[in-house]
Amino acid sequence: MSNDPVIMKPDANKGLDDRLYTVKYEVDEENSHLAVIDSETCVGCEMKPCISKCPAEVYRWLEDEQVLEIAYENCLECGTCRVVCPYDNFEWEYPRGGFGVAYKFG
Amino acid sequence: MTETQVAEVGTAETGMPDKLEFDVIVVGAGPAGLAAGTVCARAGLDTIIIERGRKPGTKNMMGGVLYTRPTAQVWPEFWKEAPLERCVIEQNQWIMTEDSVIKMGYRSPHFAEGVPNCFTVLRVKIDQYFAEQAEAAGALIINETKVDEVLQDDGHVVGVRTGRADGDVYAPVVILAEGVNPQLTCALGMQEDLKPDVAAVTVKEVLRLDPEIIEERFGLNEGEGATIEMFGAPTRGMLGTAFLYTNQNSLSLGLGVLLSEFAEIPDTPHDLLQELKRHPAVAPLIEGAEPAEYMAHLIPEGGYNKMPTLFGHGVMIAGDAAQLVNGLHREGSNHAILSGKTAAETAIDAHEKGNFSAQVLGHYRQRLAETAPTIADLRKYRKATKFMEHHPVLSVYPALAAWAFEQMLTVDDKTKRQKQWEIIKEALRRRKPWGMAWDAIDGGLSFI
Repeated sequence: MSNDPVIMKPDANKGLDDRLYTVKYEVDEENSHLAVIDSETCVGCEMKPCISKCPAEVYRWLEDEQVLEIAYENCLECGTCRVVCPYDNFEWEYPRGGFGVAYKFG
Repeated sequence: MTETQVAEVGTAETGMPDKLEFDVIVVGAGPAGLAAGTVCARAGLDTIIIERGRKPGTKNMMGGVLYTRPTAQVWPEFWKEAPLERCVIEQNQWIMTEDSVIKMGYRSPHFAEGVPNCFTVLRVKIDQYFAEQAEAAGALIINETKVDEVLQDDGHVVGVRTGRADGDVYAPVVILAEGVNPQLTCALGMQEDLKPDVAAVTVKEVLRLDPEIIEERFGLNEGEGATIEMFGAPTRGMLGTAFLYTNQNSLSLGLGVLLSEFAEIPDTPHDLLQELKRHPAVAPLIEGAEPAEYMAHLIPEGGYNKMPTLFGHGVMIAGDAAQLVNGLHREGSNHAILSGKTAAETAIDAHEKGNFSAQVLGHYRQRLAETAPTIADLRKYRKATKFMEHHPVLSVYPALAAWAFEQMLTVDDKTKRQKQWEIIKEALRRRKPWGMAWDAIDGGLSFI
């Protein structure tokens, strides 16, 4: 068994797609409101808590490229990634006015 | 609000005037912002509320329980016409292990009499109702507009820069009700950004279910509601709670966990929610319910210790942005509304005096402390989060209490005295006497 820290369990977020399917978004096709400041910092980050703590699986670690893939269009705008990042390595802002998640019930 | 005004602010084609001036700018159309906007507009102040969502409420989420009396201080008798879900007559606390539960609760018809105590709500509906009230009072609400920056002149806040073309708006006083992610107040240097030990990630699902089935399962009459707060296993003993609330024709099921503890394990918020749905005590209650919406939000848990200054030259902070949440009592929107109202009253006062300095706006904090339980309550629980972090209140004790119940309620060949001794021995095995003593003493010091 490897001693690598477990970033996320292999079967994590099973069924999340069904949940996200119930969410209405107005996707800003032109720009992402989420960005990593320095990719190198992510390489050295052991737990990468942004990945497992995101309620909408916005983040994925690309092993080959050694970068964080950001599916910003799934973002629920909670701010968890920014707050949980041990290196304050996010450039985080809300989507442009009118874009992003649009709850029906809330 | 007139269409021309919206067009002026809202479209690049018509172009915004170089300078759009108001008496008050409110950032954010949640409970704090809409309360502030309503009170300012009623006093005749030219009030603009700027909201980034398509409509008020569409970015917002809470459990959610709305308390009537604080809300009625801004919108009297709103409960007679507002789109509320159910009047809560029963409130339960469940202490849970992976497959068992100790149930406590209080049910009383008095909660529905006179001014009912509280209602379950869905934020999109209720926020839009509050927004209508603000507009009826004369406030201008501009949706789909994000405030990117607070404008300052010589240390005084003088307006905001929005994401719209020529989108600067000016006012001598700005009320920031921007919500839990305090981007603007941080940029002003009025507080530090949230840290994992003062923020709980919360996920919730709205599950559609027939009203008759809800009433049957929860033992309710038409229009009556119940709430369940769940402690222990749903958050794996980490600091946080889970909840199940009855709406008119849906259930709100969710949980929140403090990020500093949650970050230590590889599980996701969604996984914990799914686990909760499978719990043998929860599953029968949500059986057959149709997923209607999934959502997430942070809850500020910093409380009194992390409360920012609340005011500066030309600016006040209200609601979640000011950390005004009492997590232990699941109270947030009531403090948001009261803080918004109080900030508005202070703004009105400042306009009368023609003075918008921090000296005058500082009355906001004083007023809030004198007229609302908000600051006193936050102060009372200022050590609560630290206490919960340092004591195994949600891990060791729920399991131990469940084990004790199981022993005492199981009838076999042991005497009750034998069972009592076994429980005491087991308790001491799971938590050393000095540990228990420390939990009790520190608990007393932290909460009383």
